[in-house]
Amino acid sequence: MSVKQDSFSVSITVGAYGSAFGAAAVAADFSVLQACLLSLLLFSGASQFAVVGVIAAGGTPINAIATSTLLGTRNGLYGLRLAPILKLRGLKRVVAAQITIDESTGVALAQNNESDMRKGFWYTGFGVYIFWNLFTLAGALGAQAIGNPSAWGLDAAVPAAFLGLLWPRLSDRKSWVLAGFAIVLALTLTPFVPAGIPIISCTLLAVIIGWRK
Amino acid sequence: MSAFWVAVIGSSALAFAIKFIGASVPETYLSNPRILRINTLIPVALLSALIAVNTFANKTQLALDNRALGMAAAVVLLIAKAPFPVVVLGAAVTSALAYRYI
Repeated sequence: MSVKQDSFSVSITVGAYGSAFGAAAVAADFSVLQACLLSLLLFSGASQFAVVGVIAAGGTPINAIATSTLLGTRNGLYGLRLAPILKLRGLKRVVAAQITIDESTGVALAQNNESDMRKGFWYTGFGVYIFWNLFTLAGALGAQAIGNPSAWGLDAAVPAAFLGLLWPRLSDRKSWVLAGFAIVLALTLTPFVPAGIPIISCTLLAVIIGWRK
Repeated sequence: MSAFWVAVIGSSALAFAIKFIGASVPETYLSNPRILRINTLIPVALLSALIAVNTFANKTQLALDNRALGMAAAVVLLIAKAPFPVVVLGAAVTSALAYRYI
């Protein structure tokens, strides 16, 4: 497949997923405007779902910000990897930074030469940005129209979305072990500490398990 | 300002800051293997915790309800290699049916 086709198919598939985000955000009592702003400004799927998930679970905004930011640190590392290839400066650097996400990085790094890598990055970044935002609006408006989120299963759509994001990362034994420990730790802490804390505490498990090779 | 606005603006600002710093500093920083390893594991830990809490808790109380059945459906669909939107839709439909009939 050509770079363009690669970029387009990734953009439309991932973008469509934005409707799940829009719906989940509104189901968690965010306004349609707030849901759309998260997609326009934050623009990183897992982090956006984390903001919504932590608030929906009763966590504080600080907790939501911390969890979302920790999930977003990988975008910074993608930038480190891509910057020398993209040759960024000025406004171009600002735009590139905003669309540095899993998908634009993934398509770029899958190409064989630097020219195709640059094309893959920009096409996929803009493509996902456009579709993700359009579908967020559609999902948010849809959820607003239907009322009680539980009656439509929207309360299960949020964890299912997290599971969809987690699944491809469970690539080895270490990540399965970590996932298991994180679930146990989060649920064990839940009755005893303020909501949101059980989630962010699991960062510690990642540090412990990742420390040794 | 409401909690929602603080969360929206704060998380957006920090998300962009991280992306921009990544695009601006020389590659030699932060490329030590331990940091890279921990960085790949952080999403695994946080996503797992988010799944657990959003499925089995209401605020600070543990709960077993319609959402758990929705998640069971999601796991089955993922094992069957269903595409992303189908997984979320399957979980929502199952959970909605459980909410209505159980």
